[in-house]
Amino acid sequence: MPSFVRHMLLIVAPLMAAFAILPGVYDNHLLLFNFVIFLILAQGVNIIYGFTGYLPFGYVGFFGAGAYGFAIMVMHLQAPAPLAVLAAGVVGVLLGLLLTPLLRLSGAYFAIANLAAALAVLHFVANPALESITKGPYGVALNGTFNPTLAYIGAVIILALTLGFVVFLRNSSFGMALQAVREDAVSAAMAGVNVVKMRVIAWLVSALVAGLAGGVFAWYVSVFYPDNVFSSDFSIFAIVFALFGGVATIMGPIVGVIILYGIYNLIGFTTPQYFQLIYGVLIMALVLFLPAGLVSLATRRGWNVP
Amino acid sequence: MSPDAKPILTVNGLVKRFGGFHALDGLSFHVSSGEILGLVGPNGSGKTTAINVISGLYAPDGGTLTYDGASIGGMASHKLVHRGINRTFQIPKPFLSLTVRQNVEVALAYGRAEVAPPKLTDLLEQYHLAELADRPAADLNSSQQKMLDLVRALATRPRLLLLDELAAGLNPTELDWIAGHIKALAQSGLAIIVVEHLMGFIEQITDRVIVMNAGKEIFEGTLAVAVKVPQVIEVFLGGEHGA
Repeated sequence: MPSFVRHMLLIVAPLMAAFAILPGVYDNHLLLFNFVIFLILAQGVNIIYGFTGYLPFGYVGFFGAGAYGFAIMVMHLQAPAPLAVLAAGVVGVLLGLLLTPLLRLSGAYFAIANLAAALAVLHFVANPALESITKGPYGVALNGTFNPTLAYIGAVIILALTLGFVVFLRNSSFGMALQAVREDAVSAAMAGVNVVKMRVIAWLVSALVAGLAGGVFAWYVSVFYPDNVFSSDFSIFAIVFALFGGVATIMGPIVGVIILYGIYNLIGFTTPQYFQLIYGVLIMALVLFLPAGLVSLATRRGWNVP
Repeated sequence: MSPDAKPILTVNGLVKRFGGFHALDGLSFHVSSGEILGLVGPNGSGKTTAINVISGLYAPDGGTLTYDGASIGGMASHKLVHRGINRTFQIPKPFLSLTVRQNVEVALAYGRAEVAPPKLTDLLEQYHLAELADRPAADLNSSQQKMLDLVRALATRPRLLLLDELAAGLNPTELDWIAGHIKALAQSGLAIIVVEHLMGFIEQITDRVIVMNAGKEIFEGTLAVAVKVPQVIEVFLGGEHGA
Protein backbone atom coordinates (compact mmCIF):
# COMPACT_ATOMS: atom_id res chain seq x y z
CA MET A 1 0.00 0.00 0.00
CA PRO A 2 1.47 3.42 -0.86
CA SER A 3 2.39 5.31 2.29
CA PHE A 4 0.07 8.20 1.37
CA VAL A 5 -2.95 5.88 1.45
CA ARG A 6 -1.65 4.13 4.57
CA HIS A 7 -1.27 7.42 6.45
CA MET A 8 -4.73 8.55 5.38
CA LEU A 9 -6.29 5.26 6.53
CA LEU A 10 -4.34 4.80 9.76
CA ILE A 11 -4.11 8.37 11.04
CA VAL A 12 -6.56 10.71 9.35
CA ALA A 13 -9.54 8.36 9.03
CA PRO A 14 -9.58 7.20 12.71
CA LEU A 15 -9.22 10.79 13.90
CA MET A 16 -12.13 11.88 11.71
CA ALA A 17 -14.19 8.95 12.93
CA ALA A 18 -13.45 9.90 16.53
CA PHE A 19 -14.56 13.48 15.99
CA ALA A 20 -17.71 12.22 14.22
CA ILE A 21 -18.67 9.93 17.10
CA LEU A 22 -17.55 11.95 20.14
CA PRO A 23 -20.31 14.64 20.06
CA GLY A 24 -22.85 11.82 20.53
CA VAL A 25 -21.20 10.45 23.66
CA TYR A 26 -19.55 13.50 25.20
CA ASP A 27 -21.53 16.57 26.17
CA ASN A 28 -18.92 19.31 26.22
CA HIS A 29 -19.16 20.15 22.53
CA LEU A 30 -17.28 23.43 22.91
CA LEU A 31 -14.27 21.50 24.19
CA LEU A 32 -14.40 19.11 21.23
CA PHE A 33 -14.66 22.07 18.87
CA ASN A 34 -11.64 23.71 20.50
CA PHE A 35 -9.67 20.48 20.11
CA VAL A 36 -10.46 20.52 16.39
CA ILE A 37 -9.45 24.18 16.10
CA PHE A 38 -6.12 23.58 17.85
CA LEU A 39 -5.45 20.48 15.77
CA ILE A 40 -5.95 22.62 12.65
CA LEU A 41 -3.76 25.46 13.95
CA ALA A 42 -1.01 23.13 15.17
CA GLN A 43 -0.90 21.50 11.73
CA GLY A 44 -0.89 24.95 10.14
CA VAL A 45 2.17 25.81 12.23
CA ASN A 46 3.60 22.43 11.24
CA ILE A 47 3.27 23.30 7.54
CA ILE A 48 5.14 26.58 7.83
CA TYR A 49 7.53 25.86 10.71
CA GLY A 50 8.05 22.11 10.43
CA PHE A 51 8.56 22.06 6.70
CA THR A 52 10.20 25.45 6.06
CA GLY A 53 11.66 26.55 9.40
CA TYR A 54 9.82 29.87 9.68
CA LEU A 55 8.42 30.26 13.21
CA PRO A 56 5.13 32.19 12.87
CA PHE A 57 4.83 33.94 16.21
CA GLY A 58 1.98 36.03 14.86
CA TYR A 59 0.12 33.08 13.40
CA VAL A 60 -3.05 34.30 15.11
CA GLY A 61 -3.10 37.24 12.67
CA PHE A 62 -4.43 34.95 9.95
CA PHE A 63 -6.90 33.36 12.37
CA GLY A 64 -8.29 36.71 13.51
CA ALA A 65 -8.36 38.08 9.97
CA GLY A 66 -10.30 34.96 8.93
CA ALA A 67 -12.78 35.44 11.79
CA TYR A 68 -13.38 39.05 10.76
CA GLY A 69 -13.53 38.05 7.09
CA PHE A 70 -16.35 35.70 8.05
CA ALA A 71 -18.08 38.38 10.12
CA ILE A 72 -17.92 40.99 7.36
CA MET A 73 -19.26 38.56 4.76
CA VAL A 74 -22.18 37.73 7.03
CA MET A 75 -22.90 41.24 8.33
CA HIS A 76 -22.54 43.23 5.14
CA LEU A 77 -23.11 40.76 2.32
CA GLN A 78 -25.55 38.43 4.09
CA ALA A 79 -23.45 35.53 2.81
CA PRO A 80 -24.39 32.00 3.89
CA ALA A 81 -22.02 30.71 6.56
CA PRO A 82 -20.16 28.05 4.48
CA LEU A 83 -19.41 30.65 1.79
CA ALA A 84 -18.26 33.09 4.47
CA VAL A 85 -15.87 30.43 5.82
CA LEU A 86 -14.34 30.08 2.34
CA ALA A 87 -14.05 33.87 2.19
CA ALA A 88 -12.26 33.73 5.55
CA GLY A 89 -9.72 31.40 3.95
CA VAL A 90 -9.30 33.87 1.09
CA VAL A 91 -8.74 36.69 3.60
CA GLY A 92 -6.04 34.56 5.25
CA VAL A 93 -4.33 34.01 1.90
CA LEU A 94 -4.55 37.73 1.00
CA LEU A 95 -2.97 38.69 4.31
CA GLY A 96 -0.33 36.01 3.67
CA LEU A 97 0.39 37.55 0.25
CA LEU A 98 0.68 40.99 1.84
CA LEU A 99 3.20 39.59 4.33
CA THR A 100 5.33 37.57 1.88
CA PRO A 101 8.16 40.15 2.12
CA LEU A 102 8.65 38.92 5.72
CA LEU A 103 10.02 35.68 4.27
CA ARG A 104 13.18 37.62 3.45
CA LEU A 105 13.87 37.61 7.19
CA SER A 106 14.97 34.54 9.05
CA GLY A 107 14.99 33.10 12.55
CA ALA A 108 13.97 35.38 15.40
CA TYR A 109 13.67 38.38 13.06
CA PHE A 110 10.93 36.66 11.11
CA ALA A 111 9.16 35.59 14.31
CA ILE A 112 9.18 39.13 15.72
CA ALA A 113 8.12 40.77 12.45
CA ASN A 114 5.29 38.26 12.14
CA LEU A 115 4.18 39.02 15.72
CA ALA A 116 4.22 42.75 14.94
CA ALA A 117 2.19 42.14 11.78
CA ALA A 118 -0.46 40.26 13.76
CA LEU A 119 -0.69 43.13 16.25
CA ALA A 120 -1.00 45.59 13.38
CA VAL A 121 -3.93 43.62 11.94
CA LEU A 122 -5.56 43.51 15.40
CA HIS A 123 -5.31 47.28 15.84
CA PHE A 124 -6.49 47.86 12.31
CA VAL A 125 -9.60 45.76 12.86
CA ALA A 126 -10.23 47.18 16.36
CA ASN A 127 -9.89 50.76 15.20
CA PRO A 128 -13.04 52.65 16.29
CA ALA A 129 -12.91 54.62 13.02
CA LEU A 130 -13.79 51.38 11.21
CA GLU A 131 -16.84 50.76 13.36
CA SER A 132 -19.16 50.80 10.36
CA ILE A 133 -17.22 47.91 8.81
CA THR A 134 -15.70 45.81 11.62
CA LYS A 135 -17.65 47.18 14.62
CA GLY A 136 -14.23 48.26 15.87
CA PRO A 137 -13.44 47.33 19.47
CA TYR A 138 -17.09 46.71 20.30
CA GLY A 139 -17.18 43.18 18.91
CA VAL A 140 -19.54 41.45 16.53
CA ALA A 141 -22.70 39.42 17.15
CA LEU A 142 -23.68 37.14 14.27
CA ASN A 143 -26.97 35.72 15.48
CA GLY A 144 -28.25 34.95 12.00
CA THR A 145 -25.72 32.26 11.24
CA PHE A 146 -25.46 30.71 14.71
CA ASN A 147 -25.35 26.94 14.21
CA PRO A 148 -22.77 25.13 16.35
CA THR A 149 -23.56 21.70 14.89
CA LEU A 150 -22.86 22.74 11.31
CA ALA A 151 -19.87 24.83 12.37
CA TYR A 152 -18.41 21.79 14.14
CA ILE A 153 -18.84 19.70 10.99
CA GLY A 154 -17.18 22.49 9.00
CA ALA A 155 -14.24 22.51 11.41
CA VAL A 156 -13.81 18.75 11.12
CA ILE A 157 -13.84 19.02 7.31
CA ILE A 158 -11.16 21.74 7.46
CA LEU A 159 -9.11 19.54 9.80
CA ALA A 160 -9.43 16.64 7.34
CA LEU A 161 -8.24 18.82 4.44
CA THR A 162 -5.35 20.19 6.50
CA LEU A 163 -4.27 16.72 7.58
CA GLY A 164 -4.58 15.55 4.00
CA PHE A 165 -2.17 18.29 2.94
CA VAL A 166 0.31 17.37 5.69
CA VAL A 167 0.09 13.71 4.65
CA PHE A 168 0.83 14.86 1.09
CA LEU A 169 3.85 16.84 2.35
CA ARG A 170 5.13 13.79 4.25
CA ASN A 171 4.87 11.57 1.19
CA SER A 172 5.75 13.75 -1.78
CA SER A 173 8.87 15.12 -3.34
CA PHE A 174 7.24 18.54 -2.81
CA GLY A 175 7.36 18.07 0.96
CA MET A 176 10.88 16.69 0.76
CA ALA A 177 11.99 19.71 -1.27
CA LEU A 178 10.44 22.02 1.35
CA GLN A 179 12.47 20.29 4.04
CA ALA A 180 15.54 20.60 1.86
CA VAL A 181 14.92 24.36 1.68
CA ARG A 182 14.59 24.45 5.46
CA GLU A 183 17.88 22.60 5.91
CA ASP A 184 19.90 24.64 3.43
CA ALA A 185 18.36 27.05 0.95
CA VAL A 186 21.52 27.38 -1.16
CA SER A 187 21.90 23.62 -1.55
CA ALA A 188 18.20 23.30 -2.29
CA ALA A 189 18.58 25.77 -5.16
CA MET A 190 21.49 23.64 -6.38
CA ALA A 191 19.15 20.64 -6.39
CA GLY A 192 17.01 22.66 -8.81
CA VAL A 193 14.40 23.75 -6.27
CA ASN A 194 12.84 27.20 -6.72
CA VAL A 195 13.37 28.26 -3.13
CA VAL A 196 11.26 31.44 -3.13
CA LYS A 197 8.29 29.76 -4.81
CA MET A 198 8.33 26.82 -2.39
CA ARG A 199 8.46 29.07 0.66
CA VAL A 200 5.62 31.24 -0.60
CA ILE A 201 3.42 28.21 -1.33
CA ALA A 202 3.96 26.78 2.18
CA TRP A 203 3.37 30.21 3.72
CA LEU A 204 0.11 30.77 1.83
CA VAL A 205 -1.23 27.28 2.57
CA SER A 206 -0.44 27.86 6.22
CA ALA A 207 -2.25 31.22 6.07
CA LEU A 208 -5.21 29.60 4.28
CA VAL A 209 -5.51 26.97 7.02
CA ALA A 210 -5.53 29.58 9.80
CA GLY A 211 -7.96 31.81 7.88
CA LEU A 212 -10.40 28.91 7.43
CA ALA A 213 -10.02 27.99 11.11
CA GLY A 214 -10.74 31.61 12.08
CA GLY A 215 -13.83 31.66 9.85
CA VAL A 216 -15.28 28.48 11.28
CA PHE A 217 -14.43 29.67 14.81
CA ALA A 218 -16.40 32.88 14.19
CA TRP A 219 -19.28 30.78 12.89
CA TYR A 220 -19.23 28.61 16.01
CA VAL A 221 -18.96 31.30 18.69
CA SER A 222 -20.86 33.99 16.71
CA VAL A 223 -20.17 36.65 19.36
CA PHE A 224 -16.59 37.85 19.77
CA TYR A 225 -14.31 40.83 20.24
CA PRO A 226 -11.04 41.61 18.45
CA ASP A 227 -9.10 40.63 21.59
CA ASN A 228 -10.68 37.16 21.53
CA VAL A 229 -9.82 36.17 17.99
CA PHE A 230 -6.44 37.93 17.94
CA SER A 231 -5.41 36.53 21.34
CA SER A 232 -1.73 35.59 21.29
CA ASP A 233 -2.78 32.41 23.15
CA PHE A 234 -3.75 30.95 19.78
CA SER A 235 -0.26 31.48 18.32
CA ILE A 236 1.53 30.31 21.44
CA PHE A 237 -0.63 27.25 22.02
CA ALA A 238 -0.48 26.18 18.40
CA ILE A 239 3.32 26.56 18.34
CA VAL A 240 3.86 24.82 21.69
CA PHE A 241 1.54 21.95 20.79
CA ALA A 242 3.24 21.43 17.44
CA LEU A 243 6.76 21.62 18.93
CA PHE A 244 5.86 19.39 21.87
CA GLY A 245 4.76 16.57 19.62
CA GLY A 246 7.42 17.15 17.00
CA VAL A 247 7.14 19.04 13.73
CA ALA A 248 7.64 17.84 10.15
CA THR A 249 5.59 14.76 11.00
CA ILE A 250 1.86 14.05 10.78
CA MET A 251 1.58 12.53 14.24
CA GLY A 252 3.66 15.02 16.23
CA PRO A 253 1.23 17.96 16.32
CA ILE A 254 -1.72 15.59 16.88
CA VAL A 255 -0.01 14.02 19.89
CA GLY A 256 1.02 17.45 21.15
CA VAL A 257 -2.53 18.82 21.04
CA ILE A 258 -4.09 15.75 22.64
CA ILE A 259 -1.60 15.66 25.53
CA LEU A 260 -1.06 19.35 26.24
CA TYR A 261 -4.53 20.62 25.48
CA GLY A 262 -5.86 17.63 27.38
CA ILE A 263 -3.81 18.58 30.47
CA TYR A 264 -4.86 22.19 30.04
CA ASN A 265 -8.51 21.21 30.17
CA LEU A 266 -8.11 18.69 32.99
CA ILE A 267 -6.42 21.04 35.42
CA GLY A 268 -6.13 24.42 33.68
CA PHE A 269 -9.43 25.74 35.00
CA THR A 270 -9.77 23.95 38.30
CA THR A 271 -6.26 24.47 39.67
CA PRO A 272 -4.59 27.03 37.42
CA GLN A 273 -1.54 27.36 39.68
CA TYR A 274 -0.66 23.65 39.31
CA PHE A 275 -1.44 23.84 35.65
CA GLN A 276 1.09 26.62 35.13
CA LEU A 277 3.66 24.73 37.18
CA ILE A 278 3.17 21.50 35.25
CA TYR A 279 3.10 23.30 31.90
CA GLY A 280 6.28 25.18 32.71
CA VAL A 281 8.09 22.03 33.82
CA LEU A 282 6.88 20.08 30.80
CA ILE A 283 8.00 22.73 28.34
CA MET A 284 11.39 23.15 30.03
CA ALA A 285 11.93 19.39 30.06
CA LEU A 286 11.02 19.30 26.40
CA VAL A 287 13.45 22.02 25.43
CA LEU A 288 16.24 20.45 27.49
CA PHE A 289 15.80 16.79 26.66
CA LEU A 290 13.63 16.51 23.57
CA PRO A 291 14.13 19.62 21.44
CA ALA A 292 12.77 17.74 18.43
CA GLY A 293 9.55 16.85 20.25
CA LEU A 294 8.04 13.67 21.63
CA VAL A 295 8.34 11.88 18.31
CA SER A 296 12.12 12.10 18.60
CA LEU A 297 11.86 9.44 21.33
CA ALA A 298 11.00 7.10 18.48
CA THR A 299 13.09 8.59 15.68
CA ARG A 300 16.21 8.41 17.87
CA ARG A 301 15.75 4.66 17.93
CA GLY A 302 15.59 4.65 14.18
CA TRP A 303 11.83 4.14 14.01
CA ASN A 304 10.13 6.04 11.26
CA VAL A 305 7.32 8.22 12.64
CA PRO A 306 4.73 9.22 10.04
CA MET B 1 39.76 16.78 -25.09
CA SER B 2 39.89 19.13 -28.00
CA PRO B 3 41.09 22.54 -26.81
CA ASP B 4 39.82 24.23 -29.96
CA ALA B 5 36.22 23.17 -29.36
CA LYS B 6 33.69 25.94 -28.92
CA PRO B 7 33.66 26.82 -25.21
CA ILE B 8 30.55 25.91 -23.20
CA LEU B 9 31.24 28.76 -20.77
CA THR B 10 32.89 32.07 -21.57
CA VAL B 11 33.64 34.50 -18.76
CA ASN B 12 34.44 37.98 -19.97
CA GLY B 13 35.56 40.89 -17.79
CA LEU B 14 33.62 39.59 -14.76
CA VAL B 15 33.37 42.08 -11.87
CA LYS B 16 31.99 41.40 -8.38
CA ARG B 17 32.26 43.99 -5.63
CA PHE B 18 31.54 43.62 -1.92
CA GLY B 19 31.30 47.20 -0.73
CA GLY B 20 34.52 48.80 -1.90
CA PHE B 21 36.35 45.49 -2.24
CA HIS B 22 36.67 44.13 -5.77
CA ALA B 23 36.54 40.36 -5.27
CA LEU B 24 36.48 39.91 -9.04
CA ASP B 25 38.05 42.66 -11.09
CA GLY B 26 37.69 41.82 -14.75
CA LEU B 27 38.15 38.05 -14.75
CA SER B 28 38.11 36.39 -18.18
CA PHE B 29 38.47 32.74 -19.15
CA HIS B 30 36.62 29.97 -20.93
CA VAL B 31 36.10 26.25 -20.56
CA SER B 32 35.00 23.63 -23.10
CA SER B 33 33.07 20.39 -22.84
CA GLY B 34 35.30 17.50 -21.85
CA GLU B 35 37.91 19.81 -20.38
CA ILE B 36 39.09 20.04 -16.77
CA LEU B 37 40.13 23.59 -15.94
CA GLY B 38 41.90 24.42 -12.69
CA LEU B 39 41.38 27.74 -10.92
CA VAL B 40 44.36 28.39 -8.67
CA GLY B 41 45.65 31.37 -6.78
CA PRO B 42 46.37 32.57 -3.27
CA ASN B 43 43.65 32.89 -0.63
CA GLY B 44 41.37 35.82 -1.40
CA SER B 45 42.22 35.90 -5.09
CA GLY B 46 38.55 35.38 -5.99
CA LYS B 47 38.36 31.70 -6.95
CA THR B 48 35.35 30.83 -4.84
CA THR B 49 33.68 34.13 -5.70
CA ALA B 50 34.04 33.22 -9.37
CA ILE B 51 32.34 29.86 -8.70
CA ASN B 52 29.62 31.60 -6.68
CA VAL B 53 28.87 34.08 -9.47
CA ILE B 54 28.85 31.39 -12.17
CA SER B 55 26.46 29.25 -10.10
CA GLY B 56 24.09 32.15 -9.47
CA LEU B 57 24.69 32.73 -5.76
CA TYR B 58 25.76 36.29 -6.50
CA ALA B 59 24.77 38.49 -9.40
CA PRO B 60 27.80 39.94 -11.21
CA ASP B 61 28.40 43.70 -11.02
CA GLY B 62 29.94 43.80 -14.48
CA GLY B 63 31.17 41.68 -17.35
CA THR B 64 29.40 38.84 -19.13
CA LEU B 65 28.83 35.15 -18.55
CA THR B 66 27.95 33.20 -21.68
CA TYR B 67 26.88 29.59 -21.22
CA ASP B 68 25.83 27.47 -24.16
CA GLY B 69 25.33 30.58 -26.29
CA ALA B 70 23.10 32.40 -23.79
CA SER B 71 23.88 35.15 -21.31
CA ILE B 72 23.39 33.79 -17.77
CA GLY B 73 24.75 36.61 -15.58
CA GLY B 74 22.44 37.16 -12.59
CA MET B 75 20.17 34.20 -13.35
CA ALA B 76 18.74 32.38 -10.29
CA SER B 77 20.63 29.27 -9.19
CA HIS B 78 17.80 26.81 -9.72
CA LYS B 79 17.39 28.00 -13.31
CA LEU B 80 21.09 27.52 -13.94
CA VAL B 81 20.78 24.03 -12.50
CA HIS B 82 17.96 23.32 -14.98
CA ARG B 83 20.24 24.53 -17.78
CA GLY B 84 22.96 22.11 -16.71
CA ILE B 85 25.27 23.96 -14.32
CA ASN B 86 25.96 22.49 -10.89
CA ARG B 87 28.59 22.62 -8.18
CA THR B 88 29.90 21.34 -4.89
CA PHE B 89 30.73 23.48 -1.85
CA GLN B 90 34.02 24.05 -0.09
CA ILE B 91 32.23 23.28 3.16
CA PRO B 92 29.74 20.60 2.13
CA LYS B 93 26.11 21.59 2.50
CA PRO B 94 23.92 18.49 2.63
CA PHE B 95 20.34 18.51 3.95
CA LEU B 96 21.38 17.28 7.38
CA SER B 97 18.10 15.90 8.70
CA LEU B 98 17.21 14.11 5.46
CA THR B 99 18.62 10.70 4.67
CA VAL B 100 21.38 10.32 2.11
CA ARG B 101 18.87 8.84 -0.30
CA GLN B 102 16.42 11.73 0.20
CA ASN B 103 19.22 14.23 -0.35
CA VAL B 104 19.71 12.81 -3.81
CA GLU B 105 16.00 12.26 -4.46
CA VAL B 106 15.33 16.00 -4.12
CA ALA B 107 17.86 16.67 -6.87
CA LEU B 108 16.44 13.87 -9.03
CA ALA B 109 12.92 15.24 -8.62
CA TYR B 110 13.70 18.93 -9.12
CA GLY B 111 16.87 18.93 -11.21
CA ARG B 112 14.97 18.62 -14.53
CA ALA B 113 17.86 16.75 -16.07
CA GLU B 114 17.68 17.14 -19.87
CA VAL B 115 18.62 13.52 -20.43
CA ALA B 116 17.59 10.68 -18.14
CA PRO B 117 19.42 11.19 -14.84
CA PRO B 118 21.75 8.48 -13.60
CA LYS B 119 20.23 5.83 -11.37
CA LEU B 120 20.26 6.68 -7.69
CA THR B 121 21.60 3.31 -6.60
CA ASP B 122 24.42 3.45 -9.17
CA LEU B 123 25.42 6.94 -8.04
CA LEU B 124 25.47 5.97 -4.37
CA GLU B 125 27.42 2.83 -5.20
CA GLN B 126 30.03 4.72 -7.24
CA TYR B 127 30.70 7.26 -4.53
CA HIS B 128 30.72 4.77 -1.63
CA LEU B 129 27.46 5.97 -0.09
CA ALA B 130 25.25 2.97 -0.80
CA GLU B 131 25.55 1.52 2.68
CA LEU B 132 24.71 4.86 4.24
CA ALA B 133 21.67 5.49 2.04
CA ASP B 134 19.11 5.39 4.83
CA ARG B 135 21.14 7.29 7.44
CA PRO B 136 20.63 11.01 7.99
CA ALA B 137 23.24 13.07 6.19
CA ALA B 138 24.25 14.48 9.60
CA ASP B 139 25.80 11.07 10.39
CA LEU B 140 28.31 11.30 7.52
CA ASN B 141 31.90 12.42 8.01
CA SER B 142 33.11 15.42 6.07
CA SER B 143 34.59 13.56 3.11
CA GLN B 144 31.39 11.52 2.80
CA GLN B 145 29.42 14.77 2.90
CA LYS B 146 31.61 16.08 0.08
CA MET B 147 30.78 12.98 -1.94
CA LEU B 148 27.10 13.52 -1.19
CA ASP B 149 27.41 17.11 -2.49
CA LEU B 150 28.95 15.70 -5.65
CA VAL B 151 26.31 12.98 -6.06
CA ARG B 152 23.53 15.54 -5.59
CA ALA B 153 25.12 17.71 -8.27
CA LEU B 154 25.52 14.75 -10.64
CA ALA B 155 21.88 13.74 -10.12
CA THR B 156 20.86 16.88 -12.05
CA ARG B 157 22.99 15.74 -15.03
CA PRO B 158 25.17 18.84 -15.27
CA ARG B 159 27.11 19.75 -18.42
CA LEU B 160 29.25 22.20 -16.47
CA LEU B 161 30.41 21.10 -13.03
CA LEU B 162 32.15 23.43 -10.57
CA LEU B 163 34.15 21.67 -7.84
CA ASP B 164 35.15 23.95 -4.95
CA GLU B 165 37.99 22.28 -3.01
CA LEU B 166 36.53 18.82 -3.33
CA ALA B 167 39.90 17.24 -2.56
CA ALA B 168 40.75 19.16 0.61
CA GLY B 169 40.77 16.82 3.58
CA LEU B 170 40.83 13.59 1.55
CA ASN B 171 43.59 11.07 2.21
CA PRO B 172 46.00 10.06 -0.63
CA THR B 173 44.04 6.91 -1.52
CA GLU B 174 40.79 8.86 -1.68
CA LEU B 175 42.52 11.55 -3.75
CA ASP B 176 43.59 9.04 -6.40
CA TRP B 177 40.17 7.50 -6.39
CA ILE B 178 38.28 10.81 -6.79
CA ALA B 179 40.77 12.01 -9.41
CA GLY B 180 39.88 8.95 -11.48
CA HIS B 181 36.17 9.74 -11.14
CA ILE B 182 36.61 13.39 -12.13
CA LYS B 183 38.63 12.43 -15.20
CA ALA B 184 35.98 9.88 -16.19
CA LEU B 185 33.29 12.56 -15.87
CA ALA B 186 35.25 14.87 -18.17
CA GLN B 187 35.73 12.05 -20.69
CA SER B 188 31.96 11.57 -20.70
CA GLY B 189 31.70 15.18 -21.96
CA LEU B 190 31.33 17.37 -18.86
CA ALA B 191 33.17 20.64 -18.62
CA ILE B 192 34.69 20.79 -15.14
CA ILE B 193 36.15 23.74 -13.25
CA VAL B 194 38.23 22.75 -10.24
CA VAL B 195 39.18 25.16 -7.46
CA GLU B 196 41.93 23.57 -5.42
CA HIS B 197 44.93 24.31 -3.24
CA LEU B 198 46.53 20.88 -3.62
CA MET B 199 48.89 21.43 -6.54
CA GLY B 200 49.65 17.72 -6.94
CA PHE B 201 45.97 17.05 -7.40
CA ILE B 202 45.63 19.96 -9.85
CA GLU B 203 48.56 18.63 -11.85
CA GLN B 204 47.11 15.15 -11.88
CA ILE B 205 43.67 16.06 -13.25
CA THR B 206 43.66 19.40 -15.07
CA ASP B 207 44.26 20.03 -18.74
CA ARG B 208 44.85 23.72 -18.19
CA VAL B 209 44.94 26.17 -15.26
CA ILE B 210 44.00 29.79 -14.75
CA VAL B 211 46.14 31.47 -12.09
CA MET B 212 44.21 34.23 -10.34
CA ASN B 213 45.40 37.13 -8.28
CA ALA B 214 43.35 40.04 -6.88
CA GLY B 215 40.25 39.10 -8.85
CA LYS B 216 41.69 38.59 -12.30
CA GLU B 217 43.64 36.02 -14.24
CA ILE B 218 47.40 36.49 -14.49
CA PHE B 219 48.26 33.28 -16.30
CA GLU B 220 46.58 30.72 -18.49
CA GLY B 221 48.18 27.46 -19.55
CA THR B 222 49.45 24.23 -18.05
CA LEU B 223 50.53 24.06 -14.43
CA ALA B 224 54.01 22.91 -15.47
CA VAL B 225 54.51 26.19 -17.32
CA ALA B 226 52.76 28.28 -14.67
CA VAL B 227 55.27 27.40 -11.96
CA LYS B 228 58.08 28.90 -14.10
CA VAL B 229 56.37 32.24 -14.73
CA PRO B 230 57.88 34.96 -12.48
CA GLN B 231 54.54 36.73 -11.98
CA VAL B 232 52.94 33.50 -10.74
CA ILE B 233 55.85 32.77 -8.42
CA GLU B 234 55.58 36.30 -7.08
CA VAL B 235 51.92 36.06 -6.07
CA PHE B 236 52.39 32.66 -4.46
CA LEU B 237 55.71 33.14 -2.73
CA GLY B 238 56.19 36.92 -2.42
CA GLY B 239 58.12 39.57 -4.29
CA GLU B 240 61.76 38.62 -3.75
CA HIS B 241 61.38 35.14 -5.30
CA GLY B 242 60.07 36.54 -8.55
CA ALA B 243 63.19 38.51 -9.38
